[in-house]
Amino acid sequence: MTIEQQDIENIAELARIRIAHDQIGTVTDRIAAILAMVDQLQAVDTRNIEPMANPLDAVQVLRADVVTEPNRREAFQAIAPAVENGLYLVPKVIE
Amino acid sequence: MAWESVIGLEVHLQLATQSKIFSGSPTTFGAEPNTQASAVDLAMPGMLPVLNEMAVKSAVKFGLGIGARICRRSVFDRKNYFYPDLPKGYQISQFEQPIVGKGTFDIPMDDGSVRTIGITRAHLEEDAGKSLHEDFHGQTGIDLNRAGTPLLEIVTDPDIRTAAEAVAYLKALHSLVTYLGISDGNMAEGSMRCDINISLRQVGSETMGTRAEIKNVNSFRFVEKAIHHEIERQTDILEDGGSIVQETRLYDSDKDETRSMRSKEVANDYRYFPEPDLLPVVIDEAYIQAVADELPELPQEKRQRFVAQYALSSYDAAVLADNRELADYFETVTAACGDAKIAANWVQVELLGQLNRGELALRDSPVSAEDLGGLIARILDNSISGKIAKQVFEGMWQGEGSADDVIEARGLKQVSDSTELEAMVDAVIADNRQQVEQYLAADEAKRKKLVGFFVGQVMKISKGQANPKIVNELLASKLV
Repeated sequence: MTIEQQDIENIAELARIRIAHDQIGTVTDRIAAILAMVDQLQAVDTRNIEPMANPLDAVQVLRADVVTEPNRREAFQAIAPAVENGLYLVPKVIE
Repeated sequence: MAWESVIGLEVHLQLATQSKIFSGSPTTFGAEPNTQASAVDLAMPGMLPVLNEMAVKSAVKFGLGIGARICRRSVFDRKNYFYPDLPKGYQISQFEQPIVGKGTFDIPMDDGSVRTIGITRAHLEEDAGKSLHEDFHGQTGIDLNRAGTPLLEIVTDPDIRTAAEAVAYLKALHSLVTYLGISDGNMAEGSMRCDINISLRQVGSETMGTRAEIKNVNSFRFVEKAIHHEIERQTDILEDGGSIVQETRLYDSDKDETRSMRSKEVANDYRYFPEPDLLPVVIDEAYIQAVADELPELPQEKRQRFVAQYALSSYDAAVLADNRELADYFETVTAACGDAKIAANWVQVELLGQLNRGELALRDSPVSAEDLGGLIARILDNSISGKIAKQVFEGMWQGEGSADDVIEARGLKQVSDSTELEAMVDAVIADNRQQVEQYLAADEAKRKKLVGFFVGQVMKISKGQANPKIVNELLASKLV
């Protein structure tokens, strides 16, 4: 798999990571090198191997449906940058 | 050119659990903002999700309810996107291995026919919080009470062709999930939200056109209007030789139009990967069997039973089986009076009519099912006529007691005493000599019509309380 500078810019945008313009070339080369290693792994025949969702050989334990969490709004909002009427305030997001 | 619409629906169903899907916070609707958001829901560092057993059980119930495959092993994934009402920066969902696989769902249509809609899958995920865009000095307010509420996302195959089918599907789904008790189905509170995928193709074509997705429509009526609008919009574009852009649109109920969300995101690239904080969910046969044993009779089974057991029309059966309380009410009325057809009629016309007029829910009905059955029993034993029964029902609705109480207090009992009725019949004959002569001169066919006049006069004198059968007999013997 080859990766272009455009792909890196796109992924950075989706991940909300800012990469300085003069760094994009270096980052692209490094990720390309990592992907070359992944290509080696891709070459292994995995046809008869079940995909692994988790490295632990265990299954999910379920929790009973009961309310255990008290209201701790005051404590949480004490460390928030901006709150009003019980709401957390964030920079305007609207489509 | 004739176009056919191809529609698929994705319903986000809030599950009626006490606590959230991955935390022990309550899920009560309408609480003060952020009072039901714990450290897990706020994505504080180091917090880990723990899966709610009731959410899993609800999904299994739904799967069994539509005869779908329950996946013995299902996996949670992270769906990555940035929005402030999703503090983790990803939603925990299921992607490649959902808990409920393929199934089918039979939908009763208004004309009594049945449509079968394929269900592609249903998977568990968490709801996001709410963003409030007004009144915060150019900032957005975030309430995370809803974040982490368990959702079951139910996806149909592109089997739906019209707005009416879409609404019928949603109504049947609403009926099923409330029967199962897995959701309150309250659309006004967002318990059931619908995304509509819609495309057009030429009639007879097998290939799919380009689709648009309409997000977050939250009432049956808006679903219908949004689909009508979108079909019109796409038809206009195609007829003018244009092409449809694949995009997400919003339905604006105030303007009755859909408009593009002009999403900045280049493409919906959610970069799913398995959620490392949760292990695969494994369900065994014994668990599925235990859940199956708990299932109530479902709407489809109930409709079929009502038709078979009570000889109701499929339309009546669909109305009465639509919700569990109404079906139980109808069956109690039937047991109390012994006549299912009259019971079905009274429940649908008089009872539902009064409830609608008073904007009451069935559980608030001032007339119990036993009492309505008691009223119908008085029609069947000829104590009162059907017409008088409506007056009695009014009285019962006003809280005047049982049918017998109202009949007694208002003196509405049908007059079946033949001496009393004979006197009335004699008086009517004496007062209407001209009509009597007309009657006597008429032939047999015409007499049948003319006798109605005399019956009407007796009813008038008796204030509707004369037993019509005896009146007819008396008239027949005296008009000779």
